[in-house]
Amino acid sequence: MAIWTCELALDRWRHSEACTAGEGADAQPLALITETAHGPRIDAANVAARAEGSVCGMMLADARTLCPHLQVRPSDPAGDLAFLERLAVWAQRWGPWSAIDAPDGLLVDVTAVAHLFGGERRLLADVAQRCKARGLSVRSAVAPTAGAAWALAHYAPPEAILTPGDDIADRLADLPVAALRLDNDVLLVLRRLGLKRLGDLAGIGEGANGRDAVHRRFRNRKSPAANPLIRMDQLRGRVPEPLLPVIPLSAALVQRRLMEPIRHRNLLDKVVEDLAADMARELEGRGEGARRLQLGLWRVDGEVVLRDLELAAATRDPAHICRLFAAKLDDVDAGFGIEMLRLRASWAEPLKLGQADLEAAAEEHGTSLAACIDRLTVRLGTAAVQRPVLRASHIPERAQGWQPPLEAEAPQQEELAFHARPLKLLDQAERIAVLYASPDGYPRRFRWRGGVFEVARVEGPERIAPEWWREKGSTRLRDYYRIEDDTGRRYWIYRAGIAGDGRGGEPDWFLQGLFA
Amino acid sequence: MDMASLPRAVELACPAARNSRWHPGGQAALHSEIFTPGTEASGAGAALALALDGMRASARESEGAPKDDTQERCILWVQDMKAQRLAGRPYRPGLPEALRHRLIHVAAKTPEDALFALEEGVRCRDLACVIGEVAGNPRALDFTASRRLSLAAKRHGVPLFLVRLNAEHDLSSARMRWDVVAAPSAPPLWNPAAPGHPAWQAQLFRARTHAPGEWTLRDEGSFLAAERPPERHADTATSPDPAPANHGDLDLRTGARSLAAL
Repeated sequence: MAIWTCELALDRWRHSEACTAGEGADAQPLALITETAHGPRIDAANVAARAEGSVCGMMLADARTLCPHLQVRPSDPAGDLAFLERLAVWAQRWGPWSAIDAPDGLLVDVTAVAHLFGGERRLLADVAQRCKARGLSVRSAVAPTAGAAWALAHYAPPEAILTPGDDIADRLADLPVAALRLDNDVLLVLRRLGLKRLGDLAGIGEGANGRDAVHRRFRNRKSPAANPLIRMDQLRGRVPEPLLPVIPLSAALVQRRLMEPIRHRNLLDKVVEDLAADMARELEGRGEGARRLQLGLWRVDGEVVLRDLELAAATRDPAHICRLFAAKLDDVDAGFGIEMLRLRASWAEPLKLGQADLEAAAEEHGTSLAACIDRLTVRLGTAAVQRPVLRASHIPERAQGWQPPLEAEAPQQEELAFHARPLKLLDQAERIAVLYASPDGYPRRFRWRGGVFEVARVEGPERIAPEWWREKGSTRLRDYYRIEDDTGRRYWIYRAGIAGDGRGGEPDWFLQGLFA
Repeated sequence: MDMASLPRAVELACPAARNSRWHPGGQAALHSEIFTPGTEASGAGAALALALDGMRASARESEGAPKDDTQERCILWVQDMKAQRLAGRPYRPGLPEALRHRLIHVAAKTPEDALFALEEGVRCRDLACVIGEVAGNPRALDFTASRRLSLAAKRHGVPLFLVRLNAEHDLSSARMRWDVVAAPSAPPLWNPAAPGHPAWQAQLFRARTHAPGEWTLRDEGSFLAAERPPERHADTATSPDPAPANHGDLDLRTGARSLAAL
C-alpha cells in the first residue's frame, strides 16, 4: 500500500497554526519558501495561492508579480522528513513494516493484512479517515508491487485498488510515464521520444526489438531512477525492489533531576555513579551493552555540557563506565551548579547476561582486554591504540595498515615466507650518504645519523617495482638490500631507481627498516 | 631439617635448574629492562625473544594442565613519540610468526602517557606480555615509577619488558637489567655472505635472583640459544648445557647430516 501525503508541508504548517484547511490564516494566499542561491523559491502553496497562479518551484518574485498580497513562511524540509519518519512508524498500524518514500510518501506492506480490516476497500477507507483526523490530506492505493501502488496513489483516481488477479500493465497503461518514479531529465528524454503513457512504453518494451532499442538508449543508466526499463520491470514485479523498512529504536536513557544544584566534584561523581548503575540495570533489561555513551550536564544558567564516550566492546559495568567518565569530567565548569544529568546510550550492541564476579575476582586478576583498551583510548585517543594489519600492497610501507584493536581482521594473504622483512620500519625512510660503493652496486660504507657504518654482509637486491595503478609514472623502483655491518647491526636499505632509468639523476639510498 | 631446603628431583636431574646463572628456558622475570642504542632494533628483538622464551617456558610448565589460552593472548607494545621516531614502529610482516596476529600497538605522545599505558597493560589479565619502548631518561621514569610497574607486574603476573633507547643506567627496580647490542650473526649455510638469524651481545648487569654475566643470544626461531663468551667458557663448570653446534640456517633436528640425505 502506498500512502501519498500530497500537502505534507502545508498540513504541518496548518497544524502549527491550529487552523483547518481554507480557514483562518489559510484563507489568504500563502506560500512556504526556501532561500536559494537565486533568491527565495516557493516550496508549497496553499489552495488560495494556487488559484492566484503560484505553483511549486516558482521564484517568489515571480509569484509576487501575479499576487502582490502573497504571504510567505519559511518551509522546514528537515522537520517534514522527521515527521514522515514518525508517520511511517505510526503507519505500521496497517501492516507489519513500512518504508519511507521521500519526500512525502510512505509504503506499507499489507500482504495478507487486508482481511483484518474487512477488505482492501475498507482498509483504504480506514487510512483516509485516520489521516483526516490527523489533519493530513492523503491519497492511498493498494497494489501487488510497491511501484504499482506508488503510481496508483499519485496518478490514479483516489483509493485505487489493484488485486493480484489484475494485469498490472493493462490497468496502468493510461498513467503518465511520470508514474514510473523517474528523474526529471529521463522524463524529458521520454517526452521528446513521444513516450507519454505507460502503455506506450509497455508496447515498445514487449517486442524484442523495441526493448533492445530502449535498452540501448539507456544502457549507461544503472540506477533504477534513471532507467525506465528497470522501473517498468519493478512495477510489474519482474525484478525485486528492496525497500528499507523503518524500525523504531529507542536509546537507553537515564536521568537524574537534582533538588539542589551541585557544584562539587565529589557529589558529581556520586550522581554519575548512580546514573551508571541505573544505566546498567536498563541495559541489562534489554540484554544490551553500550558502545557509545553520552553524558549531558544541564547547568542552572542554561548551559549544557556534553561528554561522549566510546567503548571498545559492549559493556554495562557501572564501575568501568564511572572510571572512564571520571577522566572526562575534570574540565567541567559547573558555573552556578548542575541541576540535571542525563546518560544516554546512543549505540548499544547485544550483550548476553553473564555471571557477575561473585568474589573480588576482577580486582585480583586485573582488567579485561576491552576495559584496558577503553582506558587507553580515553586517555590517549583512538588513533593511538591500534593493531597492525596486512594490506594488499607490495610496497613495504603500504603493506601494513592499522585498525582498532578489537575489530575482526579482514582475510589477507600473508607475506611470502621467503621475504625477509625487518622487525621495525621507520615512519619515513631516512636518506643515507654512501661514502664508498662496491662495484656490485651496493654501499660498502655509508653515513647515517652521524655515524659511519661498514657493511660486512649483504643480501640482495630484492626489486620492488612501483605500483603503476596508484602512483605517477615518474616514481622510481626500489632495490632493497639486507645488510649487516661489522658490529652486527642489521638494516634494510634501498636504492631508489637505477642509474639511467630516465626518472631523475643519480639514484639515492635510503634506510627504511631495522632488523632485530 | 627443613624439607623445603633440600633439592627437588627435577633440580638434581637438571643441573641448570640449581644454577644461579641465568639460562634461557627459565621463567621470564616479571619486570626486565633492556638498554640498547637507538640506532638498532636489538633491544626490541631481544625483548621479543625473551618474551617468547618465557611464554614457551610457561607453556611447558602447564603442559597437561587444562588448555591455557596464553598462546592466543595479545601482546601490548607501547612506544613513546621519541622512541617511535628514533627506532620506527613494529612491522607486522617482520614480527615473529607467533606474535603477528596478536600485537596491539600503543603510540603514546609523552613518556608519562607511555608509563600510564604500560601500567594499564600490566594490569590487564588478557595480555601475554607488555613491551615498552622509551627513549632517553625522561623525568617521569624515575625509581618510583619503575617500582610501581614492578609491583603491578608482580601482582598481576604479566611480564613487562621495558626497552630503553639511548638511556643511562639510572635507578630502577627492574628484576633483570640487560645491556644489549647487536652481535654478528651466524652465517646462513646456503649464502654465507648474507646476514643470518639475529644475534645479540647481552650483558646482564643487575638481576635479583641471578649472578651477572654476559651471553651471546641467538634467536633460532623455535628456541633461544645463549652462549657464554669463549674466554670464560672453560672455567665455568656450572655452565648451562653447551649451546648446540652452530649450523646456521640448517634445521637442527637434522643434526650434522646434510639436508640432501633426508
